[in-house]
Amino acid sequence: MSEEAFRFSKSNRTLIAVLLIIPMVLLFIGVYGGLMQTLFRAGIIQSDPFVGGDYYKGLTFHGVLNAIVFTTFFAVAFANALIPYSLKKALNSKVAWTSGILMLVGSVMAAIMTMIGEATVLYTFYPPLKAHPLFYIGLTLLVVGSWVASANWVPMYLTWRKENPGKKTPMAVVGLFTTFIVWFIATLAVAVEILFMLLPWSLGLVDEINVMLARTLFWFFGHPLVYFWLLPAYVMYYVFMPKISGGKLYSDMAGRLVFMMFVVFSIPVGTHHQYMDPAISSQWKLLHGIFTFAVALPSLITAFTLAASLEYSGKKNGGKGLFGWMWKQPYFDKEKWFFAYLITGLLIFIFGGIGGIINASYQMNTIVHNTAWVPGHFHLTVAGPVMLAFLGGSLYLISQFMNKEVRLKTWALFSPYIYTIGLLIMSYGLKIGGLMGMPRRTNTGASYANPDSILYQADWMVYINLTVVGGVIMFIGIVMYIASFFTTVFSKSKEGEPVVTFPISEPLHDEPAPWLRNFKPYIVIAIILIVLSYTPVIYDVLQATYGGSPPFSPDSPVPLR
Amino acid sequence: MDKSEKLALSLSGLLLVVFFGAIMYAAMAKNIEVPTCITDMDPFTTDTLFQTGPDSYELQMVARMWAFQPSTVRLPVGSTVDLYVTSQDIIHGFKIERHNVNLMAIPGAINYIRVTFDKPGEFLFACHEFCGAAHHTMAGRFIIEEGGS
Repeated sequence: MSEEAFRFSKSNRTLIAVLLIIPMVLLFIGVYGGLMQTLFRAGIIQSDPFVGGDYYKGLTFHGVLNAIVFTTFFAVAFANALIPYSLKKALNSKVAWTSGILMLVGSVMAAIMTMIGEATVLYTFYPPLKAHPLFYIGLTLLVVGSWVASANWVPMYLTWRKENPGKKTPMAVVGLFTTFIVWFIATLAVAVEILFMLLPWSLGLVDEINVMLARTLFWFFGHPLVYFWLLPAYVMYYVFMPKISGGKLYSDMAGRLVFMMFVVFSIPVGTHHQYMDPAISSQWKLLHGIFTFAVALPSLITAFTLAASLEYSGKKNGGKGLFGWMWKQPYFDKEKWFFAYLITGLLIFIFGGIGGIINASYQMNTIVHNTAWVPGHFHLTVAGPVMLAFLGGSLYLISQFMNKEVRLKTWALFSPYIYTIGLLIMSYGLKIGGLMGMPRRTNTGASYANPDSILYQADWMVYINLTVVGGVIMFIGIVMYIASFFTTVFSKSKEGEPVVTFPISEPLHDEPAPWLRNFKPYIVIAIILIVLSYTPVIYDVLQATYGGSPPFSPDSPVPLR
Repeated sequence: MDKSEKLALSLSGLLLVVFFGAIMYAAMAKNIEVPTCITDMDPFTTDTLFQTGPDSYELQMVARMWAFQPSTVRLPVGSTVDLYVTSQDIIHGFKIERHNVNLMAIPGAINYIRVTFDKPGEFLFACHEFCGAAHHTMAGRFIIEEGGS
């Protein structure tokens, strides 16, 4: 099964390249915003050439472009590539292009609204801060576009199952379907929030909005969103990484179990972002906390399975003793540059996972909620394993689909290591600062980090300065990557008809596991858990809130109407 | 699944159960809770602080763009405060330094927690949810004084 070549039509190859290149440009704008934020926060600059003095505008496009736009595009492009490849079936170009164009138009709309300052609402767009209606429409098109893409994969999968009775679905397909099942259920809530609440309110068709309800619907979407980011990275860890390191996936069944657990537990957990909110009873918050612990389990299993897979390959390559296999991995093998993006992400995810369990720990969240700890944490997840896997994946896909040899390979190889060093420093600064009480989403440079301000917090400064050091190093890592990516894009294509291959790992232990072969029962359990865990939460919110909120602009305490 | 895999799975599960036990211990034995849903409080639009007992107070706090009202609260050491918070406009939030208090202030809802100040000092609370152009200037302090009233 491994390294089989597959031909994509020219139209589909072009589409996948477009779905990678445009978001890469947007990502880089967002990354620039990230660098500026560290400088703003430390009071080193008060304005930058791109957003002027508006820190929060920069923060909005940093979040929207990096966490929502780039990730969604990559997930769709990756699935458009890997599902047809694994099932040996052709993509329907019309469907794929429709989806791609919807996503592009939507993202560009949302990005323009943000850039011109009509949507300074951050990537969580909590009402009653109001954005321009086109911002909400843009985000809707992005989501709808991603739904349309799945209209290609579902029939493909159903046909494949009919043609291959009794055969196991390839792991890559299981992982990507898990990704999009979670995404589909989760985005239903944000679609309700946007289409029935935010958009009519933003257009002036309704006067007021229930802020707590909108917020609760957002987090119904907001937490599974992080698994939508994480799962494509898991696909790369399970499917590509063992093969690249020269071995096999330790356990096929473990991988399938992990993905099914994500289907079940990804969604009924959102209220753990609202532990500090009013109008939701603490016992329901605790219930969401329990489910969050349940969704930590597949990540712990993953840590074991991947380490065991690497141990197998390391020992095969001559690693001796208890830890010798660790030194027999292709960390600095230029031809296996992809490995560097995966292993650094896994290393970072150790810290990201620990932080996540702390955040989920009910009353312990009091210490960290909305402090700088939180961005410290999620940069170790979405800007760590997710971002690195997606960057590695993008470079691999672009070289395959444009039929190019990867250029500046040394830069591409060292980029994730440099980025990781920067990230660990930056996140350490944010996390310790957060424990001391430093708020997130705050232009500290204009107050808490300004020695002339009455709010100046001298003891935060060392940690704020660490974020600058880390941020600059991260930026250097990304510049190296971008250089390699675009040099590859603009280089000459290889001779001959392009064929696509992926490093697909074989399992070491392969059990039949018939109970893990069908999504249906797991989707049913997920829906039951969602209904059980969200009915009382929504009931509480409707019952304990009063009045409604008119829209506000971020610039004035007087409502807009 | 082979033996080592089963062991890893069981240990992982056990670890999470231990963590969960710690949460329950903190909630039950130490009474450290998260805010809950309250429906027995009338909406308020102005801030009030009044004494309800020898060492106990009730504080109704209003968050608005871009100030907390009141922004400075002076209380004697040992005070226990029933703290109610709401917002007049958009979402705000705060955490009191070195105390187990972290509350979102949301329009159309009232948030509540009880806090005891058993050490003297100044404790900053900074608005920690983005609330517009001057968000970074929105902060206040609890000043806890020795001796007391």
